[in-house]
Amino acid sequence: MPPVLVIARLTVQESSRRRLLLALVVLTLIVVGFSAWGFNKITTVTGRSGVTLPHDQVELISSQLLIVVTFMYSGVLALSAAVVAGPLISSEVESGLLLSILARPVRRSEVVIGKWLGLGALVAVYAGGSAFLEMAAVDWATGYVPPHPIELTLFVCAEGLALLSLGLLLSTRLSGITGGVIALVAWLMGWIGGVVGDIGTGLQNQAVENIGTVSRLILPTDGLWRGAVYAMEPDAVLASLRLAGTLGRANPFSAVDPPPTAFLAWVVVWFALMLALSIWSFRTREI
Amino acid sequence: MTVPRGEVFGFLGPNGAGKTTAVKLLLGLLAPTAGEAWVLGQRIGDLQTRRRIGYLPELFRYQGWLSAREVLVLHCELAPLPRSRWKEAIEGALDIVGLSDRADDRVATFSKGMQQRLGLGAALLGEPELVFLDEPTSALDPVGRHDVRQVIRDLSSRGAAVFLNSHLLSEVEQVCDRVAVVDQGRVIASGTMDQLLSGSAVRVRVTGLDAASRAKLAGFGPLDEEGDQLTFTALAPDRVPELVSQIVAMGGRVYEVAPRHQTLEDRFLQLLHEDR
Repeated sequence: MPPVLVIARLTVQESSRRRLLLALVVLTLIVVGFSAWGFNKITTVTGRSGVTLPHDQVELISSQLLIVVTFMYSGVLALSAAVVAGPLISSEVESGLLLSILARPVRRSEVVIGKWLGLGALVAVYAGGSAFLEMAAVDWATGYVPPHPIELTLFVCAEGLALLSLGLLLSTRLSGITGGVIALVAWLMGWIGGVVGDIGTGLQNQAVENIGTVSRLILPTDGLWRGAVYAMEPDAVLASLRLAGTLGRANPFSAVDPPPTAFLAWVVVWFALMLALSIWSFRTREI
Repeated sequence: MTVPRGEVFGFLGPNGAGKTTAVKLLLGLLAPTAGEAWVLGQRIGDLQTRRRIGYLPELFRYQGWLSAREVLVLHCELAPLPRSRWKEAIEGALDIVGLSDRADDRVATFSKGMQQRLGLGAALLGEPELVFLDEPTSALDPVGRHDVRQVIRDLSSRGAAVFLNSHLLSEVEQVCDRVAVVDQGRVIASGTMDQLLSGSAVRVRVTGLDAASRAKLAGFGPLDEEGDQLTFTALAPDRVPELVSQIVAMGGRVYEVAPRHQTLEDRFLQLLHEDR
């Protein structure tokens, strides 16, 4: 097996042995269970006339509630990726663990890419697994399935991978705690940057709107989140948001349009840049 | 400076002298700011040369969540050894370092000494042609130290070169064919044990000398003071009468005078004294 895959397998194995996976699976099952119960309650809500809500109204409420629940999932994924990626390389440099590995015919780039692949696989599996379980639970409880479930999963997964990439880059130079905290703060600032941009859109102020654009270019997590939101918006919601004009766009839990192709291309370039920077940074670090 | 195959080479120096840095440079773990070096016929930093090298770092830790056997499997994969040789190589390494009965225990449960044994086992995988051992016995008990000396001799007898960094001078004296002493990043002496230890030392047990009087003995060469015991680490036996009469003249009371061949410690202290 090539060294890069050995390192990737080792990263997955470590998460498994340290019971990180088990903890995430148990917590996810609890959340899915609670949310299934909660979504089911929507179907039992009665109006003034004493009858239950019509299906299109249940679907509308479910779609908006699912966006909030998905925000929690994307937060868990982003936090976990940042916290796990923060010490991924720095802790092994500090403990001397990497000395014995790098004394073998293993390139530093292989260590960086292997760790990214290992943790990336875990992020993808968690994003895919939790998205499937949550959507299955909502479908069971309300009969609602978001219009673009695959895209939704891919955008949430990409958000986690973005935080993982940032955490890994920081991990090549900073201690685990510092790197993890910076990645988390960056994620929150990116989200706030997006909100500020929304306010600019609502106020039709180009300068304020640009803050959102620039923050999405520096850290594309908020842009990816909007992609996930768009994938969850039913056509009726999209139509009403479009009718509201710029005000309809001024909301961090809504998206009127899918992310532009240019943004998606930039995300691919951004990932490549993060990996390249991580490799360069680790190669020039003394161990 | 050259270390030929089959030789056990000791690399000595005080803390911060640059011993570990030198090993990391030779392994390609650090980039040199100047100069050049070759390892096994290749310039330092060559990736494929590392297939033929074993390394036990000074400050290290293995994956605590793996068992000892799994750590060795990992190193077989990374070395890389053909899969058909793994079992034999791993069992052999475990046997040599005395961890066969703990092979399936997690490394997190190991003492520092056992982790050092495991590190040595990993360094021996695949019969390397060159083995770097950086303070290999710092956490070991006397039995462990004896075992490591035997491992080093076995490596040498099968033609491998051993590059040994150690503070334990008596250990170096017992196993090394040649040594180099490094201080502040420079090699200040190197040679075979016979070449380095050709001088003599004199140990004197004396009371009644104050610091000023002791300072007046500087003319007899480098002095190592341990309470009442003064060791002149490079003093010819024919100067002993002169030394004793001067001590007595200064009011000192001499209880014992013991001329002897220089030990590595005497020589080490003398070299550092001369270098500073």
